[in-house]
Amino acid sequence: MSTPTPTITTKFSVPERRVKTTSAVHLTGPAKVSIRNLNFYYGRAQALHDISLDVPERFVMAFIGPSGCGKSTFLRTLNRMNDVIPGTRAEGEVLIDGRDIYGSGTDVVDLRRRVGMVFQKSNPFPKSVFENVAYGLRINQVTSSKSELEGRVEQALKDAALWTEVKDRLKSSALGLSGGQQQRLCIARALAIRPEVILMDEPASALDPIATTKIEELIFDLKKHYTIIIVTHNMQQAARVSDLTAFFLLGKLIEVNTTEKMFTAPGDKVTEDYITGRFG
Amino acid sequence: MTTITRADRRRRVTNAVMTSFTALCTLFAICILLIIFAYIAWQGIGSVNLRFLLDSPRPVGEGGGIGNAIVGSLVLLLLASAFGMPLGIAVGVFLSEFGKGKFATLVRFVVDTLTGIPSIVTGVFVYAIIVLPLKHFSALAGGVALGLIMIPIVGRTTEEMIKLVPQSLREGALALGAPQWRVTMGIVIPAAASGIATGAMLAVARVSGETAPLLFTALGSRFFNYRLDQPIASLTVQIYNYAISPYDDWHAQAWAATLVLMTLILMINIVVRFFTRKKF
Repeated sequence: MSTPTPTITTKFSVPERRVKTTSAVHLTGPAKVSIRNLNFYYGRAQALHDISLDVPERFVMAFIGPSGCGKSTFLRTLNRMNDVIPGTRAEGEVLIDGRDIYGSGTDVVDLRRRVGMVFQKSNPFPKSVFENVAYGLRINQVTSSKSELEGRVEQALKDAALWTEVKDRLKSSALGLSGGQQQRLCIARALAIRPEVILMDEPASALDPIATTKIEELIFDLKKHYTIIIVTHNMQQAARVSDLTAFFLLGKLIEVNTTEKMFTAPGDKVTEDYITGRFG
Repeated sequence: MTTITRADRRRRVTNAVMTSFTALCTLFAICILLIIFAYIAWQGIGSVNLRFLLDSPRPVGEGGGIGNAIVGSLVLLLLASAFGMPLGIAVGVFLSEFGKGKFATLVRFVVDTLTGIPSIVTGVFVYAIIVLPLKHFSALAGGVALGLIMIPIVGRTTEEMIKLVPQSLREGALALGAPQWRVTMGIVIPAAASGIATGAMLAVARVSGETAPLLFTALGSRFFNYRLDQPIASLTVQIYNYAISPYDDWHAQAWAATLVLMTLILMINIVVRFFTRKKF
């Protein structure tokens, strides 16, 4: 495992009641994303219970936990993607750079520009490879000239480690790419508009080991510029790519810690049981 | 190889019988269509020539053609499409993308009811609201009547086709900071375009065979007419008039006109399918 242990400055704010950390975990720099007492409801059913969590800038945080524990729901509250689902409701605060995204002044469109997302199942648009990456740039009117647009698309494809594979087929359908390429295309699409935070919802769950490795290497590279939050079912993946890991169970945050500590000396018995495969 | 038991033999026989039965039914359905086509072609082909296609009607025994009716039918179909398609597609988009709650259920019910209204009732309705106030029959009234028949057909097929567009595509676009209307216009409708076009074509094919609503609205004409506020000829009304006449000459022309009408519908179908074929 090559992930560095973060150096120490600020303290995690997690409810003492539920979350046990082996020692006070301290991190570099101010938190990019701070979640404060977040509750989330699908209609009457409460999916998330009083979650508080900090994600520091330019770190990779992994969310782990058994199916249905609320990882994806939580991830989708961070760019208000759950707004799309009727009957949902969020309480509490999600601060990005200190501003509450559920506050009244928030422009959801602008928020989603700053907080990009990659989905579990790759979802390229039924357009050409080029147009897929250019879409976000076009709708946000980021570029002013054709050459600038082409440059940004090329850069995004390079950042997503896809350029060499698709540079000769930019005009052909994105649906003709392999599953792994499609997922990297979706990452390129998210990178093109240069978000500040990237949310990834099990980005490699439908991919073979080779494609998975490529995505993981990519995440490692992207960490230099972006704050990344990744949901994964795969414990080894969490261990490989993340600096910090948060463990969820039944809509509650059980433990958050550096990935190294989490997988070597978890602070909570339940976490240990899960990580060692005793349940879930 | 194991021995074939009685149960095995029974299963195989049942399979063979059922397969042949469905094949036979399919063959029967196709045969009916082919017989109709063949019979119309056999009856009509003798009277189809260039003069017949270009000339306007003349008294019995002096030849004459259906040129004005072909033009009239095309004008009516254009008017109907210009009126019915945008409205129908808009209704479909509303129902699938924005229509939630009681109002949408009501709209859906109304649209379904509209589909079931006999076309002659639509004709009488347009007669009352357009022909009577303007005090004369007109191409415009005919176009409106046909357009009204198209709205529910186009609306429901559009709704069904748009519902087939995976939710993940919408979320992918929303996650890039696309506002709802751009997702609908730029991603959802293009993804469903070929399906919507097929539905629109079905509607055109359906109304191009309508006679009853035109009797009260476009009325018919024995001359070339390019004014929308004047009565206009149409193939179906021409066929009707000739078919109920006592003259063999006109009967032959009715068959020929039927052949032309069917060919026309076939051609419209092929052209539209060509232009809306899946590009990606």
